[in-house]
Amino acid sequence: MCLGIPGEIIEIDGNEARAEFWDVEKTVRIDVVDEAVEVGDHILNHAGFAIRKIPDDEVEETMEIYESFLEGDEDEALEEIGAGEGEQLGIEGR
Amino acid sequence: MSDTDDVGEAELSEDNSDDEVITHAHGAGGSQMAELIESLAVSRFAETDADVGLAALDDGSVQPIDDDHSVVVTTDSHVVTPLFFRGGDIGRLAVSGTVNDLAMMGATEPLALTSSLIIEAGTPQTTVERVTESMREACEEAGATVTTGDTKVMGSGEMDTLAINTTGVAVVPKGGHVPDAGLSVGDRLIVSGTVGDHGISLLSEREGFDFGGDLESDVQPVNDLVRAAMDAGEVTAMKDPTRGGLATVLNEMASKADVGIDVEERSVPVSGPVSSAGEVLGIEPFDVACEGVVVMGVASEDAADVLDALRDNPKGEDAAIVGEVVDDHTGQVVLDTGFGRRYLSPPEGEQLPRIC
Amino acid sequence: MATNAESGDDELQFRDPEKAEQLTDELEALMAEIGEPVNVMHVCGSHEQAIAKFGLRSILPDDLTVRMGPGCPVCVTNMPEVDEAVALAEEGKIVTTYGDMFRVPGTEKSLADARDEGADVRVVYSASEAAEIAEEEPDREVIFFATGFETTAAPTAAVLTSDPPENFSVLSAHKYVPPAMEVVAEMPDTDVDGFLAAGHAATITGYGLFEDFVEEYDTPAVVGGFEPIDVLYALARLLEFIRDDEAGLENAYPRCVSREGNVPAKEQLWEVFDTTSGEWRGIAEIPDANLVLSEDYAHFDARERFDIDVDPGAADPLTEDCICGDIMAGQADPDECELFGEECTPQDPVGACMVSSEGTCKIWLEYGGQPDL
Repeated sequence: MCLGIPGEIIEIDGNEARAEFWDVEKTVRIDVVDEAVEVGDHILNHAGFAIRKIPDDEVEETMEIYESFLEGDEDEALEEIGAGEGEQLGIEGR
Repeated sequence: MSDTDDVGEAELSEDNSDDEVITHAHGAGGSQMAELIESLAVSRFAETDADVGLAALDDGSVQPIDDDHSVVVTTDSHVVTPLFFRGGDIGRLAVSGTVNDLAMMGATEPLALTSSLIIEAGTPQTTVERVTESMREACEEAGATVTTGDTKVMGSGEMDTLAINTTGVAVVPKGGHVPDAGLSVGDRLIVSGTVGDHGISLLSEREGFDFGGDLESDVQPVNDLVRAAMDAGEVTAMKDPTRGGLATVLNEMASKADVGIDVEERSVPVSGPVSSAGEVLGIEPFDVACEGVVVMGVASEDAADVLDALRDNPKGEDAAIVGEVVDDHTGQVVLDTGFGRRYLSPPEGEQLPRIC
Repeated sequence: MATNAESGDDELQFRDPEKAEQLTDELEALMAEIGEPVNVMHVCGSHEQAIAKFGLRSILPDDLTVRMGPGCPVCVTNMPEVDEAVALAEEGKIVTTYGDMFRVPGTEKSLADARDEGADVRVVYSASEAAEIAEEEPDREVIFFATGFETTAAPTAAVLTSDPPENFSVLSAHKYVPPAMEVVAEMPDTDVDGFLAAGHAATITGYGLFEDFVEEYDTPAVVGGFEPIDVLYALARLLEFIRDDEAGLENAYPRCVSREGNVPAKEQLWEVFDTTSGEWRGIAEIPDANLVLSEDYAHFDARERFDIDVDPGAADPLTEDCICGDIMAGQADPDECELFGEECTPQDPVGACMVSSEGTCKIWLEYGGQPDL
């Protein structure tokens, strides 16, 4: 159940925030998100609630992972994911 | 027009089967509505010598009046909530809708429009005045005028504020009409402007989404656009993507002409705000109404000229060639998404915001 | 597509056709190495939407089948659950619902039908909207028909823990995904080689709970995002596991999913909800996969507050012949179902596979089989 839309916080008012999704804005609740959010942060909106603060560098990192994968540097890519979470994922190198 | 209160009640109670009631689905433009129209109307009314008759279920009917001329007739009822919305109102919608339906048949110079109002008692007079003034403005834009009409008042609570019926009449040279079933393999498909504006904007407003920014209905008469297109080249088929949107009319045009259509998704003009709002709501701009846009099939050799003619008009500045008629997947529309291909199916029923 | 400078550009990267092509080439190469057909199951309606919307199946290798599993909470909401909501609406209460559920038929009718017949049913975009309606209508009971998986249950929990008005209550039809995945994985002849796990549900729950799952069922899983590049990448990683015969687990959606998930939301979720067993439309009884309000929140439980004369756990008589579960698990095709196209149609669906606009059965009925583009 999953329509999750990324948006940027442009204004905060208590447990509500005004978020910008490309060319439109909408009010979302920010009391379910797991970290404090500030103006300028990116959040994932689901059914009018921010459910995740999207770390700024994550988009870049994710693209890098995809790039590395395509270039054949899977180990490096996996390390990025593994390193990010501090967890081994039971994946062996090739 | 005489009152007809008593006529028909006795017949009604005999005719109706117990279970079947009319539901919203019947008005939503999908298959249930098509079935209803078929069983209620098409099967009941005698065929005529029309060029385009009831059975064609086109945007209007076309009947010869003498050797050289045919008359085009169209009618529409308008019930929209809210009455006044960003970009327009029910009055503008009514006039534009009918002027455009005439234009879709190739009749770009309306001869006459009718306007019937059904008003709920208690409605402020200024509301009705605003609506009628808006109709006047739209008529002026379209080069049309209302020549006859009717007004009925129903009791408070017996209906919702205001309903408008408009009928339009125009004359075309015999054979000069444009059916919606006229596509041929090789024709290009042109869309005259950005799609989804009316539907997404209205839904957002109705659901109370305060999106800020530039979301508004595109409601406008486009008979001048159509005239420019027809003067520039051979327009083989036309339809305006109102209820059910682009997806619906493309499918209708494909199935009526027994052809397939290939569409390139990235060519279809969609405005930034509509695209964004659609993403947030989970609704596709292709599935919702446009009220100021034309979809036309154009002979391939004329496509560039027609496109230029459209773009010369401010209402057509976003016009684009979006696809082609093919001899494949007859009756179906295939969309090239830029990644893979998929069928573009007509939406069933009113589009609602989704979260899933 | 709109191009708002920052977030717009970022998102566009996940829709880059060139990358998509590279990834599909990779998929072809992997399938060649694997050398036999592969069945992947995803468990998220939005994954199906993404796959369908971008026409991804037309570019996947022929022998790679991606099937929709029990991942659409709307579709798996059982008819009696809809009946409960309809019953409340017909008693004159205000029933609020997500748009997704509005037209899904119960045993006799949908909430949309009920509204056509005069009931006060209102579509909302958010659980908080439902609570607002309750505030605006203090003299009427306002029930929120709460459907959706854990992603959506979190907002419901948030509303319940922020002092909703007394005339507000929740009719919970929320579902919990992991047990359903287990049921499918446990089916004797299950033909699923790998799972594409739901990215946004995992945003709440975290991916950690899949660690035991992949080990126990010896089947790999990748948590994937929803942009075309995300999906293709996740599939490629899955194929790598399958090729290497490895029951691996990977989080391919790190921008939204972490191992632990959204801890405060999770805690709130389990404070407000308990799990119980129940029928998933047309599939089976799934243990511990229905979310009901816990005792502490019984006060806001519509089932406690009102006497609803419907048994939400009851199985529909037709579901005996419904083979949705088998279809989802790749065991059968829609046209092998007795009810297909007859008693079970999009207007009158029996099982989940016919409810969803992207459901396997609905697609088959519409296109006379799996569209081949």
